[in-house]
Amino acid sequence: MIPELGEFALILALLLAGLQALFGIGGPALRRERWVAAVNPAVAGQFVMVATSMGCLVTAFVQNNFTVRYVAENSNSQLPLFYRVAGVWGAHSGSLLLWIFLLGCWTVATAFGTARLPKQFSARVLGVLGAISFGFLLYTLLTSNPFIRLTTPWADGLGLNPLLQDPGLAGHPPMLYTGYVGLSVAFAFACAALLEGKLDREWARWTRPWTTAAWAFLTCGIVLGSWWAYYTLGWGGFWFWDPVENASFMPWLMATALIHSLAVTEKRGLFKSWTVLLAVLGFSLSLIGTFLVRSGILISVHSFAVSPGRGVFLLTFLVVMIGAALSLYAWRVPHLKSEAGFELTARESFLLFNNILLVTACGTVFAGEMAPIISLALGLGKLSVGPPYFNPTFLISMLPLLALLAVGIHARWKRGGLGGQGRTLLLTLAAAALVGCVTAIVIFHGRGVLAPVGMTLGTWIIFSSLIDPIERLRRRIAIPRAVLGMTIAHIALGIFVFSMTAVQGFTAERDVALANGASARAGGYTFQFEGVGPLHGRDYGGSIAKVVVTRDGRAVAVMHPATRMYWVQHTVTTKSAVLFHDGSNILVALGQNLGDGRWSLRLQVRPLVSFIWIAALIMAFGGLLAITDRRYRIEQARAQETVAALAGGKT
Amino acid sequence: MIRRFIPLLVFVGVAALLAMGIMQAPRKDLVPSPLIGKHAPNFSLPSLMHPHRMVSSTQLIGHWYLFNVWGTWCISCRQEYPELLAIARTGIVPLIGLDWKDTRGEALAFLSTKGDPYQRIAFDPGGLEAIHWGVYGAPETFLVNPQGIIVYKYIGPITPRAWTEDILPRLPADTTVAGS
Repeated sequence: MIPELGEFALILALLLAGLQALFGIGGPALRRERWVAAVNPAVAGQFVMVATSMGCLVTAFVQNNFTVRYVAENSNSQLPLFYRVAGVWGAHSGSLLLWIFLLGCWTVATAFGTARLPKQFSARVLGVLGAISFGFLLYTLLTSNPFIRLTTPWADGLGLNPLLQDPGLAGHPPMLYTGYVGLSVAFAFACAALLEGKLDREWARWTRPWTTAAWAFLTCGIVLGSWWAYYTLGWGGFWFWDPVENASFMPWLMATALIHSLAVTEKRGLFKSWTVLLAVLGFSLSLIGTFLVRSGILISVHSFAVSPGRGVFLLTFLVVMIGAALSLYAWRVPHLKSEAGFELTARESFLLFNNILLVTACGTVFAGEMAPIISLALGLGKLSVGPPYFNPTFLISMLPLLALLAVGIHARWKRGGLGGQGRTLLLTLAAAALVGCVTAIVIFHGRGVLAPVGMTLGTWIIFSSLIDPIERLRRRIAIPRAVLGMTIAHIALGIFVFSMTAVQGFTAERDVALANGASARAGGYTFQFEGVGPLHGRDYGGSIAKVVVTRDGRAVAVMHPATRMYWVQHTVTTKSAVLFHDGSNILVALGQNLGDGRWSLRLQVRPLVSFIWIAALIMAFGGLLAITDRRYRIEQARAQETVAALAGGKT
Repeated sequence: MIRRFIPLLVFVGVAALLAMGIMQAPRKDLVPSPLIGKHAPNFSLPSLMHPHRMVSSTQLIGHWYLFNVWGTWCISCRQEYPELLAIARTGIVPLIGLDWKDTRGEALAFLSTKGDPYQRIAFDPGGLEAIHWGVYGAPETFLVNPQGIIVYKYIGPITPRAWTEDILPRLPADTTVAGS
């Protein structure tokens, strides 16, 4: 009964989403007050239905209802409750439902957040969100219904993909989707502005917190995924330019550009058409990312079961949605005029370069992502594009971006100039160069140019970002949260660049074959292998090794890398032992039994790698902090006063 | 002002490429099996029809055969069933079934009502043999040559098109059902 209820709720949600789109977009256009008034009830109704549907699927998983095909294929009675719930988004259909559910959450939040904005505008925003939801609901119902029953129920399910049985991964998709879907709000704001033919500085202020929030979630989602890949997959790195990673990284780059472009539009009323275009492209790239992952057009670890029908539907949806938005843009953009000009050395120029470089970086990633598809489409055979392409091309746009950032944050709006910070800035550059070169050459004994340059840039960003807060503290001037958030995010970027350079340049990695009692050295640590024992888990068995780690004769830790064999799925996964010591990350992975007591082991020592993820999380925190700035709340408080005054006047 | 159309035009180009990509992306290439080009696993399992007799890989050496993993619980297997019967009627290549995670009673009842396309059926109620073949889910079909090497693997229900375009071209022109 419950699965049928879920499916029924999904159908009702589809109808309500259609109404939401019709009322929201049609109402203001045809000047029908009633339609506009009906948008919010449609939003509420749709959300209740989607939430019901989601609840039904979760219930089916929790109750081990193997009469439902999706549950039977992705869960198992042996699975702990936590992973039975996470199993909901373990494959295609359920993750689509999660996508829709999160879109519902964002829509409801937007409905509350825009309640005090002009009614027509709010209706248009919600209408666009309704159209997106309609498309995805239709897609789910037609091609990927998670509630389909099996005519002959299975005694037990096939189980969740063992790779997904990890807390990091259980949280990765929801977080990432929250970010992806959050960009739809900025997209909807952009479409609403285009429909109205009016885009002012107010609009930018309304849009900014939503974009920053989506960006922060996207950042966290990418970090969780990267962390998962690092220690579960044991891939031995934090970023692999995997097609699906790229699919999440491109919207992130666009969102980052959008955040900065919105700042200019809000402060100075400039870059209007550009900002709108970025808002449209940001969400479009998350749709294209979804398409690339789900259509099976690209092959990667993330690919779910593939069906060509799904790909065709998604592509059609993509063309309709993005095509409509870009046509709207082409039609309406002449109405959006910038209010003033600016000098070459003004902050506007720096942010313009920021945008150009971020979009260029995104473009190079996109080109690398599309190359295999183009090659296939033109019948040139299969082509694989990897780090040898991505690393250098990405670096070309990132290096100037970092240098411009250190200078740009001190540039003044409109008239330009550094506001007397030129000398301080040079001093910080000198100090940063000292720190960078000493770390790279003296501490890590590095050769080559890239490591000192990277470390210098990272340090410079940190130092440069600190100038302004220190100045304010000395003069006892309060720092607004938006500025504080920005500063924190920039400092985090500096930390990120610094530690990433260390990891890229100074990682020690060895594959060794060790007999019981033998030892090997890597990255200044000694690893002594002390044999392998059996491992017994709830739904898996396997082998677990004991490795004693020492440095300079002093004990550091005992590590237990393992391999797991999952009974139900019959797949073997590696559970590497991960250890953080003095900022370094030590990873030991157990390989195969080579016979006569010898086992293959992979030893890795990565300096500062954990700071990569920490820095990225701090970056996201900076974004969330900026959202809480008074500026965004004053607006609401003022509106509340107005409402209260009006209500008071009536009685 | 052509400039404002640039984003739209670029997108149209990208969409066209993606569309071509979908048309071209051959589904069968998406899940390459590591077993292709390798020896088929050696097995010896009780026959579904005659529990006291064995079906083993040694009996199959010297002939082309299609190794089809199925179960009565598997919806897609029922979906491909008419095509299996059609393949059996052509007499070009024998079908060897692996009845996977099934019960004998249900399987026999199913075969007697729907017809039996298989030359032999090995019975694998515990699902252990399927592991050796790297089976993800039923149905999966392997084409094995007379030397016992897996030539091709097809995932999902076999369609008439899969038979004529993917399996038939891999068989030598003069093959006929052997050993029946």
